[in-house]
Amino acid sequence: MGKFWKEFAKGIVISNPLFVLALGFCPALAVSTSVDNAIGMSAGVLFVLLGSNLLVSAIRKAVPNIVRIPVFIVIIATFVTVVNLVFHAYVPALYESLGIYLPLIVVNCIILGRAEAFASKNPITSSIADALGVSIGFFLALLIISFLRETLGTGSLSVFGAKLFTLPVLGKDPMILFILPPGAFLIMALLLALFRKIGVMKCE
Amino acid sequence: MSNLIAIFLSLAIINNFIVSKFLGLCPFFGVSKKLGNAVSMGVAVTLVMLIASLATWIINHYILIPFGVEYMNIIMYILVIASLVQMIELFIKRTNLTLYNALGIYLPLITTNCAVLGITLINAQESYSLIESMVAALGGGIGFTLVLIIMSGIREKLEIADTPRSMKGLPVAMLVGMLLGLTFFGFGGIV
Repeated sequence: MGKFWKEFAKGIVISNPLFVLALGFCPALAVSTSVDNAIGMSAGVLFVLLGSNLLVSAIRKAVPNIVRIPVFIVIIATFVTVVNLVFHAYVPALYESLGIYLPLIVVNCIILGRAEAFASKNPITSSIADALGVSIGFFLALLIISFLRETLGTGSLSVFGAKLFTLPVLGKDPMILFILPPGAFLIMALLLALFRKIGVMKCE
Repeated sequence: MSNLIAIFLSLAIINNFIVSKFLGLCPFFGVSKKLGNAVSMGVAVTLVMLIASLATWIINHYILIPFGVEYMNIIMYILVIASLVQMIELFIKRTNLTLYNALGIYLPLITTNCAVLGITLINAQESYSLIESMVAALGGGIGFTLVLIIMSGIREKLEIADTPRSMKGLPVAMLVGMLLGLTFFGFGGIV
């Protein structure tokens, strides 16, 4: 059981997919305009990663080495299709606002990376722990970025229709830059630099 | 005709793949230190985007829609792109060895490039006609190449610049991305 927690904890901070391994920037920057989107995207990534890690780990001894990458991609694409259909059916608003970035989970380096580097070499329980840890790490990173972007860019914060707070000055004149694409780069650059400065990440 | 020009300009400049849609960030941060490499990567991606758009349009209209299985599009597209990249690689290797050596290492990477799957999904989502999807692919590819070329020039200066230690590498590249994004955003009114 100790091993399960070790694999689980590793993905959250020490090898956080976004801030430390620098993988999967494409969805992280694109959908972090609001906390709602960040939660939706993370839920999608959690499901796909859990499914693909589980299946890849279960069939790891049956798949010939030479065709492993195509097999992994088809497995991932299948789970992404499932997520896509479920989102379309049950949360249409979220499906609309995530747009093409939801199907683009297929080419997210985090998922193929975990399948190739971890699940194809480890037993099922460790692979589940790894998938949960990495997804939570991704979720926390995305939550920080989207929280900053939504509060600075719109001056208020609302989660699934419930308005949490409105900032005094920014509420009237929000810094729209932060919800535009350049704002994503700015927030990401400052966060990466901050995490390096306080020593969470290594400098180059 | 004006419709085609609008699609082209929109994808090449205003909704640029890298700085506005965040598709294909890996080559943007990774391989764009030399001008020659940036051009090769851009050309390779544009080529694959064009061929993938053509192939997925045919599959969409002659297989997926007639049989009512549009929901299979993600699996279908990724398989088509992966096999196309392999075929293009073999084809270039047999016909033009100079080009193969120039593009060689970038081709396999393109399979997992968001920009290629992105353009096929955009074409499907906007239900573009064949001509429109080809123009969209060309526009997206040219915009992608343009940003890689600009970035390679800036990268050379960044190498010798005195950057704070914690900003070196990725963070400062992100800031460059932000400034480029703002510049491209300024073209917003032209379409």
